[in-house]
Amino acid sequence: MKLIYERSQAGRRGLAVPKPELPVPEVPPELARSKPPRLPEVAEPEVLRHFTALSTRNFGIDTGFYPLGSCTMKHNPRINERLAALRGFARLHPLVDDDAAQGALELEWRLQEILREVTGLDAVSLQPAAGSQGELTGLLLFRAYFAERGEDERRRKIVIPDTAHGTNPASVTMAGYELTPVRTDARGNVDLDDLRACVDETTAGLMLTNPSTLGLFDENIEAIRDIFHGAGALMYYDGANLNAVCGISRPGDMGFDVVHINLHKTFSQPHGGGGPGGGPIAVRESLAPYLPVPVVTRNGDSFRLDYDRPRSIGKVRAFTGPFGVFVRSYAFMRAYGPALREMSEVAVLNANYLLARLKDAYELPFDRLCMHEFVLSARRLKRDHGITALDVAKRLQDYGFHPPTVYFPLVVPEALMIEPTETEAKETLDEFVEAMLAIVREASEEPELLKEAPHGRPVRRIDEVRAVKQPVLRYRFDEHPAPRGSGERQLEMQRGA
Amino acid sequence: MSYLSLTGADRDAMLAAVGVGSVEELFRDIPETVRFRGELAVPPALAEADLERHVEELAARNAVDEVCFLGAGIYDHHVPAVVDAVLQRGELLTAYTPYQPEMSQGVLQAIFEYQTAICELTGMDVSNASGYDGATVAADACLVAKLATGRTKVVVTEATNPQVRQVVKTFAPGFGLDVVEVPHDGGTTDPDRVRDAAEGAAAVVFQQPNFFGCLEPAPSIAAAANEAEALPVAHVDPVSLGVLEAPGAYGCAIAVGEGQPAGNAMSYGGPHYGFLAARSEYVRQLPGRIVGETVDAAGERGYVLTLQTREQHIRREKATSNITTNQTLLALAGLVHLSLLGPQGLRELGETCMALAGYAKERLQEAGLELLFPEKATFKEFAVRTGRSAREAVAAARVRGIQPGYPLGRDYAGMDDALLVALTERRTVDEIDRLAEALRP
Repeated sequence: MKLIYERSQAGRRGLAVPKPELPVPEVPPELARSKPPRLPEVAEPEVLRHFTALSTRNFGIDTGFYPLGSCTMKHNPRINERLAALRGFARLHPLVDDDAAQGALELEWRLQEILREVTGLDAVSLQPAAGSQGELTGLLLFRAYFAERGEDERRRKIVIPDTAHGTNPASVTMAGYELTPVRTDARGNVDLDDLRACVDETTAGLMLTNPSTLGLFDENIEAIRDIFHGAGALMYYDGANLNAVCGISRPGDMGFDVVHINLHKTFSQPHGGGGPGGGPIAVRESLAPYLPVPVVTRNGDSFRLDYDRPRSIGKVRAFTGPFGVFVRSYAFMRAYGPALREMSEVAVLNANYLLARLKDAYELPFDRLCMHEFVLSARRLKRDHGITALDVAKRLQDYGFHPPTVYFPLVVPEALMIEPTETEAKETLDEFVEAMLAIVREASEEPELLKEAPHGRPVRRIDEVRAVKQPVLRYRFDEHPAPRGSGERQLEMQRGA
Repeated sequence: MSYLSLTGADRDAMLAAVGVGSVEELFRDIPETVRFRGELAVPPALAEADLERHVEELAARNAVDEVCFLGAGIYDHHVPAVVDAVLQRGELLTAYTPYQPEMSQGVLQAIFEYQTAICELTGMDVSNASGYDGATVAADACLVAKLATGRTKVVVTEATNPQVRQVVKTFAPGFGLDVVEVPHDGGTTDPDRVRDAAEGAAAVVFQQPNFFGCLEPAPSIAAAANEAEALPVAHVDPVSLGVLEAPGAYGCAIAVGEGQPAGNAMSYGGPHYGFLAARSEYVRQLPGRIVGETVDAAGERGYVLTLQTREQHIRREKATSNITTNQTLLALAGLVHLSLLGPQGLRELGETCMALAGYAKERLQEAGLELLFPEKATFKEFAVRTGRSAREAVAAARVRGIQPGYPLGRDYAGMDDALLVALTERRTVDEIDRLAEALRP
């Protein structure tokens, strides 16, 4: 398929700009543009066709089942799109006086209240732009808390289990902390002996997601809490897996002091091909003074932004955060009400149903009921037929499913991490099971089918190694390398072959 | 209202397959002491029609009918209808990060086209797939500079957006960076002051046009940084880059900015996208997703996330950043907008903004207001003295249905009477005349 630059023809234009009959002031020559940027010159019909064509070469939740573990690819309700686009939100400048933004501020305040209830904590900041930013913000709150107590220099370490998502250790580094890894035991819980050995007076805290990336609820969460709080340390909850426990178990009750919530996971903000998201944090009262500024406050019927927060860590993102994301998540929460618990119950039921039907054909490293996701290993397929988790993933594409997460968490070899979410119908789950079982049969009977998968997508298996060895990171116009292929496959696809 | 398909019959069949008698049993691993019993204390569920009414009522309580001369980093530019149409394509809207490239060629190619557009605008060699916003990408750039130079001091001009500076200072301690500010001189920054401050610095961050709307002596500032072997980082307005020179053409190492003016509604501050582009020698230090071109097993052109060893899911605590979910859909909106404009349209957009700003300056001066920096060339924004407290001026203008601008006294000493007035192509001569009357002392 052509790049939009390859559709460009000199002189074409897609958008006319208003041109008032006024003189244009001159830009001082030393500051003026010397060569125009080579943006595409395309009329509106071609622009729309181009991006429509791109969309047909993409797979979203609207297209089909998307069981990407830890991402919570649930249905994105369409009413939320209508509401986020309302004129009263879309046209609102973030720097208007508070009295001009009462509707927006009330929505933020109400969203905060629901997050407080779901997390079981005391104060909220909606500012962080994604889960990762929430993590970093939370760790900066730790530093502020300990700095006021004269303990920041001593407490340099954050404990993270070996099953943790890569963002956790990356956030530790960005906050200026050091990483202390802790092992997972044979039940899939944090290894308590290992944990006791690595927590001491130099520990600032823990970063944990519960249920873990193995989809397992840590049975020893209370003992973990006692270890950390006993050492004067704090606990951070990675909310990536919150979809399993809304209304069932609250991170604040588990003992966590700071929690981030992924609005694009649990609360249905569409993933957009890689964002936007939202990573608000909820904190215990003792950490509230350090929250990013401004804080949304309520006084009777009126709402305002409080900038008078002398102990705040500062600002992690401009304004109050990604407001359009708040509208969607708030609408989602209001649609469910207290039935957010049922949402989690069905997420967990759906996952256990898949686990029960797949655990014999594949390998289940931890023989327990799962929460909203579970991890299988394709290790037996590799040993017996040379078929890897990657091959399984590529072949699943031919069955019309987005593959699960592969090769994560690192503690499981040939890992397949499956999270169906609550919005899938039973028939979809059954079709997925049939495909996964068919792949096991194909592994022994027709392994080449798997090795060369996918067969039915717009492209064949992508050469990722070449992309690293010969980086081509932008279109180079006349100097752009020509693709090796003849374009014949393109014509085949267009003919519906 | 829920989005669940599950029926009673489904539930019974599934519980039987799992081998438990009830949904409650699925949660038996959770210790009772941390088990939440009872109902969440949240408002009752709403049917879609009721939900719509409730949220519409909230939207109706925001004053969006006042003519908007507010800027200060977020601008009331036109968002073309085609942008909305593309963003509502479900295959793009509801997809995740393209980890499985064969299923995600649409998003991957779009990001590749976006990266190309940002490189063209900024005169740089490589761009990432987006950062969170214009403030966080400035902090990102400082970290890139530290990784590239090994130095820990960064210089930021006072004429850079106050929220950008505040975000940089929030992340600096964790990054192991010290931040030094260079004050402005009459609305712009003196390159000699930059040269002094830049000694031993990893980066010099400056904004063009700056927060006051003034055109900085950008090539000289970049030269001053380069002399001190600090990386010049230009924080730029994408809509200005049809009339203002590309940072890559005057010696900058990195270009960043807030993408909102190109393709995103203001939406009370987000979601938007930050862009970050750099010279090729810094590619390994860049944070965020980068899409590369490659081939598939049949030799056909294809796209894929690449150089992932920089990223958290591979390098973990040694990654260049923790960023995962970024702002892809909003960056895609920017790409669509820029594709509709083309180079000529982008130039005209810049010229229209400047023409309207020129007219506004004239009319306001005729109405008795003084420009704060009368000698300085500006782009689409400028500062005026209102002859009274800026807050009073804002209140008086709002009574007449106009948001006249941003009170600079919120962020800068000695400017309590000053307003920052922004002009976009959505403003008209009529509206400017009304502004002048509303602000007449």
